[in-house]
Amino acid sequence: MSLFSDVPQAPPVAVFKLTADFREDSHPQKVNLGVGAYRTDDCQPWVLPVVKKVERLLVEDNSLNHEYLPILGLPEFRSSASKVALGDDNPAIKENRVGAVQALGGTGALRIGADFLRRWYNGVNNAGTPVYVSAPTWENHNGVFTDAGFKDIRPYHYWDAAKRGLDLTGLLDDLEKAPEHSIFVLHACAHNPTGTDPTQEEWKTIAEVMKRRKLFPFFDSAYQGFASGNLEKDAWAIRFFVSQGFELFIAQSFSKNFGLYNERVGNLTVVSKDNENLTRVLSQMEKIVRTTWSNPPSQGARIVSKTLNSPELFAEWKDNVKTMADRVLLMRDQLKSKLIALGTPGTWDHITQQIGMFSFTGLNPKQVEYLIKEKHVYLMASGRINMCGLTSKNIDYVSQAIHEAVTKVQ
Amino acid sequence: MSVFCDVQQAAPVAVFKLTQDFSKDEFPNKVNLGVGAYRTNEGKPWVLPVVKKVEKLIVHDDRLNHEYLPILGLPEFRSSSSKIVLGDDSPAIREDRVGGVQCLGGTGALKIGAEFLRRFYNGNNNTKTPVYVSAPTWENHNALFNSAGFEDVRPYKYWDAEKRGLDLSGFLRDLESCPERSIFVLHACAHNPTGTDPTQEQWKQIAEVMMRRKLFVFFDSAYQGFASGNLDKDAWAVRYFVSMGIEMFCAQSFSKNFGLYNERVGNLTIVARDADNLKRVLSQMEKIVRTTWSNPPSQGARIVAVTLNSPELFSEWKDNVKTMADRVLLMRAQLKAKLQSLGTPGTWDHITDQIGMFSFTGLNSKQVEYMVKEKHIYLMASGRINMCGLTSKNIDYVAESIHEAVTKVQ
Repeated sequence: MSLFSDVPQAPPVAVFKLTADFREDSHPQKVNLGVGAYRTDDCQPWVLPVVKKVERLLVEDNSLNHEYLPILGLPEFRSSASKVALGDDNPAIKENRVGAVQALGGTGALRIGADFLRRWYNGVNNAGTPVYVSAPTWENHNGVFTDAGFKDIRPYHYWDAAKRGLDLTGLLDDLEKAPEHSIFVLHACAHNPTGTDPTQEEWKTIAEVMKRRKLFPFFDSAYQGFASGNLEKDAWAIRFFVSQGFELFIAQSFSKNFGLYNERVGNLTVVSKDNENLTRVLSQMEKIVRTTWSNPPSQGARIVSKTLNSPELFAEWKDNVKTMADRVLLMRDQLKSKLIALGTPGTWDHITQQIGMFSFTGLNPKQVEYLIKEKHVYLMASGRINMCGLTSKNIDYVSQAIHEAVTKVQ
Repeated sequence: MSVFCDVQQAAPVAVFKLTQDFSKDEFPNKVNLGVGAYRTNEGKPWVLPVVKKVEKLIVHDDRLNHEYLPILGLPEFRSSSSKIVLGDDSPAIREDRVGGVQCLGGTGALKIGAEFLRRFYNGNNNTKTPVYVSAPTWENHNALFNSAGFEDVRPYKYWDAEKRGLDLSGFLRDLESCPERSIFVLHACAHNPTGTDPTQEQWKQIAEVMMRRKLFVFFDSAYQGFASGNLDKDAWAVRYFVSMGIEMFCAQSFSKNFGLYNERVGNLTIVARDADNLKRVLSQMEKIVRTTWSNPPSQGARIVAVTLNSPELFSEWKDNVKTMADRVLLMRAQLKAKLQSLGTPGTWDHITDQIGMFSFTGLNSKQVEYMVKEKHIYLMASGRINMCGLTSKNIDYVAESIHEAVTKVQ
């Protein structure tokens, strides 16, 4: 009899199961449009040239050692990461009311932020504060906030399946009706999984309601630079909210825009009303970090920090980011053209209107099943595809397959 | 008015505050005997030669990329780590009932283990299962289990201040009288902070009671190899418990024995009754990891895996470990010799009887204050010193200072 006999088998994380199934598939033309990682036109992972360069610099630097980082992380990483999100000359930074916690990717940043909010926001240990996540959203948002102790996680209207765009009315309605002080998880840009972002005007309206109703903005920023190819453009929403005087959190990930997925490079940027409040907040974040991972891993943060703090390397990085963003834009363009040329029923404008790594194709679960089982094209059950999985070699096959799915399966 | 105005200022972590104070001190003969990291005889951090070598191999290996690791971590790291603690030929490994979860240092391994136990051990979400930690223990154990949700973290008798050794009868009494199924956090070797380990005979007694009373064994193994200089010797207790057929967890840290403090290299080894139970446990661990850090950082795990899996590098590593362990043993021998020759009141055998990085000097808090304030020698309020902070250059000054503290301050 085992101590663990009553432990149930947990289902695998869907996106990793998809990749596992893809690996086992021996079909010669199989395509993986599942997990969100960049691929080159040869369908290979890409270590950014600037990353390779900096890794070599680091390994030759004998002034570096492996002593523990501070609990909150590498100082030069934290400050440069927050600057990337908010802008070098952001008044909030100059006013000393911006702080940061180096965290384990975007996930770790969300988790520390969530753990903090559950302990200290809207009362002490108020596990009942509602947390709103978009419908749909990244599959892990719900789990992160639940495990941080929040009991009431709710969807807010976001995706309008009928019109294949943002359900702004529904969103604003939810903002108006949410209990005051509710937490809202907002995607800074390149919404996952829909690829559909509010316009600047729409963001202004959202901000106005949030301010009036005292709602807490928690930005998830995993694609800065990757979405449009331009860092500033992709950070517009965040910067607007800060300029409106909000206190807010930003969970930043450098997994995608630095291609440093497995080094777990993230940053929780905290914007507070003043330095005094910020100090107390950071001191409590230290306590939370200490019982989670003690202090963060160095390698990835050093790579990012060295790059961001060197004008030459920073320029090279922006180039590398643009390379990735441009390839995605090219694939979007080509996929749409091919579907139009095939005469595939429906409108396909959303493919080029959507932004970032993902596209919400609008394919229904039966059509998705067809694509996987009959055509060996792997995508999420929601119809989400990773544009990075498309290449000049497979784009015809994929367009053809989508055409078949739409025409044969209802 | 800030949303954070009611957030309290948290007290800093004592051991890091100590190092901070040390850094600010301008006294030319200052000595830091606080935080537990290895120092060379020049008082400097040491990047192990084998680590430097492997880092270069990794950076020049173009087959490697930065794609996400599996949620449970790098497979070759997990298996070689578990082998290190259990032995290559461990029957439990051969029976396929040993698994590993790559974690963020020893802290991360404890955290994931604690989160799992709170959810699934001794019922579902039984937050009342008592968790026993030694008196004294590493300062983070208590908070870590609390933050995982356990409501009842208690001390078990361990250090006998009078006789300056293990309070075995007190320990055994606590094992006999605690509620069945309580969780016990055991230090695999080189107990932190006392440096006092049970003998093999004493471990056998402890194991017998724990098995009979159905207590859960959770080993914390942060110093394997570092304690005696011999990996197998330092793993004796863990292996003995496994050989008794116990299901248990072992949180392993490679911070100290690889000097990889800031890359956060740890492994949670799980020993279950059989492969089926193990499988279900690992599946639930995946869920916990997914909402904490998603998947672990690669760099440190790769360094360790490459080293452990290459006979040549493994041999070089064992040499490097012995270098560190031997220097510590030398400092122990010399400190005791000097105190004896100074005629410092009391017995100082415990300095060489104790094992690992730390020594529990027996100095009381007034004497510690004297050391810090008057002599600029920084040690923990408990009287714990890090032997690694001693060098041939400062050992006379430290010995004399201890002499003064003991003779002048009561």
